[in-house]
Amino acid sequence: MQTTASASDPQQAPVKLAVRDLTISYGNTTALGDVSLEIREHEIFGIIGPANAGKTSFLKSLNRMDMFNSEMKVQGDILFNGLNIRHLKNIYALRSRIGVVFPLPVGLPMTIYENVALAPRLSGLKNKAELDVIVERCLTRAALWDEVKDRLNSLGSLLSGGQQQRLTIARALSQEPEVLMLDEFSIAVDPVTTMRIEDVLKELKHEMTIILVTNLVQQARRLASRTAFFLSGECVEIGETEDLFTGEVKDARTRDYVEGRFG
Amino acid sequence: MFEASELNLRNQRIQRLYKLLFLLMTLLLIVPVILILGTLIVKGGSVISIDFLFTSPTDGMTAGGLFPALFGTVWLVAVALIISVPLGIAAAIYLSEYAGNNWFTRIINLAIINLAGVPSIVHALFGVGAFVLFFGFGTSILAASLTLAIMTLPVVIVATRESLQAVPYAFREACWNMGATRWQTIRRVVLPNAISGILTGVILEVSRTSGETAPIMFTGAVFFTPFLPQGIFDQTMAMSLHLFVVSTQVPGVPENLPYGVALVLIAMVLLMNSISIAFRTWLRGKKKW
Repeated sequence: MQTTASASDPQQAPVKLAVRDLTISYGNTTALGDVSLEIREHEIFGIIGPANAGKTSFLKSLNRMDMFNSEMKVQGDILFNGLNIRHLKNIYALRSRIGVVFPLPVGLPMTIYENVALAPRLSGLKNKAELDVIVERCLTRAALWDEVKDRLNSLGSLLSGGQQQRLTIARALSQEPEVLMLDEFSIAVDPVTTMRIEDVLKELKHEMTIILVTNLVQQARRLASRTAFFLSGECVEIGETEDLFTGEVKDARTRDYVEGRFG
Repeated sequence: MFEASELNLRNQRIQRLYKLLFLLMTLLLIVPVILILGTLIVKGGSVISIDFLFTSPTDGMTAGGLFPALFGTVWLVAVALIISVPLGIAAAIYLSEYAGNNWFTRIINLAIINLAGVPSIVHALFGVGAFVLFFGFGTSILAASLTLAIMTLPVVIVATRESLQAVPYAFREACWNMGATRWQTIRRVVLPNAISGILTGVILEVSRTSGETAPIMFTGAVFFTPFLPQGIFDQTMAMSLHLFVVSTQVPGVPENLPYGVALVLIAMVLLMNSISIAFRTWLRGKKKW
């Protein structure tokens, strides 16, 4: 619990991402209203909430994926390392610092090796020996290396669902992100693989900041130092994860959700 | 408990009736194909020989082979492809990957649909006005191929756009999330997975282009020339026009000659289509998701 306490201590860990008065809307529908929160370096920040809470929209706004969706409007400020990303010209540099893992694994239609080497190659790395090192390191950290080391040249999309999700994580790690965002990563993954990935995340938080969106409240409890509860486009509560689960909440809806009375 | 009720029996009768109806319609489709091919083979098969394919017409086009026409059609199709394929693929990539959903895109899409609906004789007249006269290319392979290219452009655009759209959106999103630009995403993920569909579209375009008559008869194809074209500013004979000529314009042609020409033309198109199908099957086998 020592690391959890220090990671969430405002005096010790610098703020990685600061979100101020963030409102996200699609056309006339508000997906997320007026959220302000801070995510600190080397913490696992959990976001829980039922479907349609605005969790995924929140993640999309953090790496400016709204640019690809003309319907999606983002208002408010997001500061990455203290810099406002709203007026950022080089969004590609921002995105390469943020790794993303989707709910359903997306094994790109290329070999396992190429999947992991893609991000380094996009940023101009051509040296085969260096790529080999990166591929092995990322697959090892995603707990997949032992299973695939003998067939790196077979298709990534032929792996099982759980393996593909770890491949997706390896791919996200290959860009050496400062922030790793996971959006309900365990939805299509068996419980054993889920536990393996959770162990990986516990290791990774020493190197990066992790934002974990999950619909499994116990997963947030196992991993996150602090957790936000989103409900129908509203950020109901942000607090120390343990407080949320021991009933020390400011809003009764949080307790009801955590205890499984709805959602 | 599983006895059929009156309603069950009725539904089953109707179901059998519809199945039979659809089967008949399908069989009806095959009939013209068999009749056309059969007639051509029976009536024109006797003239087909190596000499027929590789010699020039003789005796006022009533004898000899069709080599200049075959050669000319290959020229026309090749030049048309060189023009329309890069243009069509580029336009399709823009429409599928870059264009926003706005009035400008909608107008372009409408224009493509209308271009596809323009009758070939109108394309021919446009070709005469634009390429033969205005640009001063004269009646030449270049003018004819440009006309063919414009006419078949919608085929390439639509086929390419559809194969690009068939690549799952999640692949693009995964790539963008890594900091890839749109072009990097297209180049590394979208195009490699759309290429089979694009090539199929191109080969279909070839088979359509090789059979067109109207667009080339005023712009570059000639009745008869003893010379093979030496470059894109020469006139040429072409299979489709040659068929028209020997069927209707020249007196004293033996009855089986036009059938032979038609057989070669249709064999050429069928060969192209078969290659296209084989190629598509091969690429599908390599499909990666």
